[in-house]
Amino acid sequence: MLFAGQVGAAQLLNASYDVARGFYKDLNPAFIADWKKHGGADLSIDQSHGGSSKQARSVIDGLEADVVTMNNPLDIDAIAKAGLLPADWQKRLPNNSSPSWSAILFIVRKGNPKGIKDWDDLVKSGVQVIVPNPKTSGNGRYSYLAAWQYARSKTGGSDDTAIAFEKKLFGNVPVLDTGGRGATTTFAQRGIGDVLLTFENEVGLIRDEFGADKFEIVVPSLTVRADNPIALVDKVAAKKGTTPIAQAYLQFHYTKAAQEIFAKNGLRPIDAAVLKAHAADFPALNLFDVEQAFGGWSKAQADHFADGGSFDKIIANAHP
Amino acid sequence: MTDISATAPLDPARLPFEPLMQRNAVISEAPWVRRTLIGVAILFLAGFLLLPLLSVFAAALGKGLGAYFASFNSADTQSAIRLTLIAAGIAVPANLVFGLCAAWAITKFEFRGKQFLITLIDLPFSVSPVVAGLIYILIFGAQGWAGPWFSAHDIKVVFAVPGIVLATIFVTFPFIARELIPLMQELGTDDEQAALSLGASGWQTFWHVTLPNVKWGLLYGVLLCNARAMGEFGAVSVVSGHIRGLTNTMPLHIEILYNDYQFVPAFAVASLLALLALVTLAAKSVLEWRFADQLAATRRH
Repeated sequence: MLFAGQVGAAQLLNASYDVARGFYKDLNPAFIADWKKHGGADLSIDQSHGGSSKQARSVIDGLEADVVTMNNPLDIDAIAKAGLLPADWQKRLPNNSSPSWSAILFIVRKGNPKGIKDWDDLVKSGVQVIVPNPKTSGNGRYSYLAAWQYARSKTGGSDDTAIAFEKKLFGNVPVLDTGGRGATTTFAQRGIGDVLLTFENEVGLIRDEFGADKFEIVVPSLTVRADNPIALVDKVAAKKGTTPIAQAYLQFHYTKAAQEIFAKNGLRPIDAAVLKAHAADFPALNLFDVEQAFGGWSKAQADHFADGGSFDKIIANAHP
Repeated sequence: MTDISATAPLDPARLPFEPLMQRNAVISEAPWVRRTLIGVAILFLAGFLLLPLLSVFAAALGKGLGAYFASFNSADTQSAIRLTLIAAGIAVPANLVFGLCAAWAITKFEFRGKQFLITLIDLPFSVSPVVAGLIYILIFGAQGWAGPWFSAHDIKVVFAVPGIVLATIFVTFPFIARELIPLMQELGTDDEQAALSLGASGWQTFWHVTLPNVKWGLLYGVLLCNARAMGEFGAVSVVSGHIRGLTNTMPLHIEILYNDYQFVPAFAVASLLALLALVTLAAKSVLEWRFADQLAATRRH
């Protein structure tokens, strides 16, 4: 009974990040239909969701995921380091193995009572900012790096002014949740804070769930491009004999149909035509890239989020 | 049977208790003190226990009975309930056998390392459930020392049902043994010695003498053990892998539903767990009321 799905039909396991649930609810049936239409055998896809880094840890510890779909490449690099997939995994699929992307935006309460328009407004006294912990969530890391990049690109800005900026910013954070979903619940459900920093796709979801008239989106003058990379976990798929299906599944992410599903779920498709068709949902952004601005994710991780990195120093002083 | 009335606080012949208590000025407070204390206790319990419990049911029924019952139609929810029942269905009997053996060994025999065994039994009480889960990752995880062997033989332990059962057994380990040990210590070995001297075998002694003596304490331990087995979150969360429809137990599924903004289904499943707690409490109260004497020994620790 419990194991019914494991007999006969091929079974893929996709270990994914926290807020991709809605997306895969739509994508998986579309892929299965497509797979069967092209003569594929019966198939089911199981989903496991959690904080991106936690999911990577589970895969390393033996969670038998055929594919991983994350919100930053660092977590897939960690799996590669454990030897489950090759280090050059990003070269195996188009666009650095990222079929979609998102960006960090602000969401404020209706009418924007605190008048929040850009990063500078987040460090004003009396403003409460909700952002998840950069140590444990991709969402938090992107927000942190975006604030850093904003502060140092201002005239007279440097890494030193960026540190001062982050200190003020995290001094305004009343609750540091461990994941993006926790932060959303804190802001939208529990009503804490004036502004939430989160991915664009989560913004749409919040408006759907809690009412479009209760919140407003604020697009800051500079934000970060967050690619959502996907990868085959070679060792697991080889052991389970699912490599061809898993590869087809990953390639399906790049089809027109899948790109439409990305757009429908608030994730920016990499297909220019699809993005254009949904232009009304995706405002123009002034973006920077972590690879270029911070010399790659590994370096950003070591400089800012590893033990003793800039975040540790900031958080030690942020709350007096 | 041991003469239980000898261990009771008052001789039954001196009943009724109530008038006796009220007339005794030494053990009675002024009426206003009593009323204030009782009032504070009730208000505290209502505010911190009853109200949150009621709010779970209120949230579950927030969109009507239809939405409440529709919550249980989802395949993932049903599989979570099934998995919880399977995990408790294995963990409770396993701990029942273990608890009986341990309590028997500890109370009926003298041996070296007895104190150490008692300490070990208490370990799951003192260890954080997260650590309990990580222990199994360290042993059976892909990087753990036994993990590669199991993986090579295609046996899944962590991130699958066996891991969840193991973690549940671990955290519910002490409940039955801890319930039985004081009770059996209280009862002593006289009855067993009498049975043995009359020619009963070891098994007969256990089955006809020891077990009937401890049956209510045992049931009480099983109830507590079951409640914890079904409600365990931390340890199970670590070893689950959170695969929808496969390795989510009810508590894990509640968290997922809640984080998915599915508040009615989340609280509907939560209400099911809360109901279980209420049934457990009711059963426990009945046991205490009906078999107070035989349970008395266990309440002293």
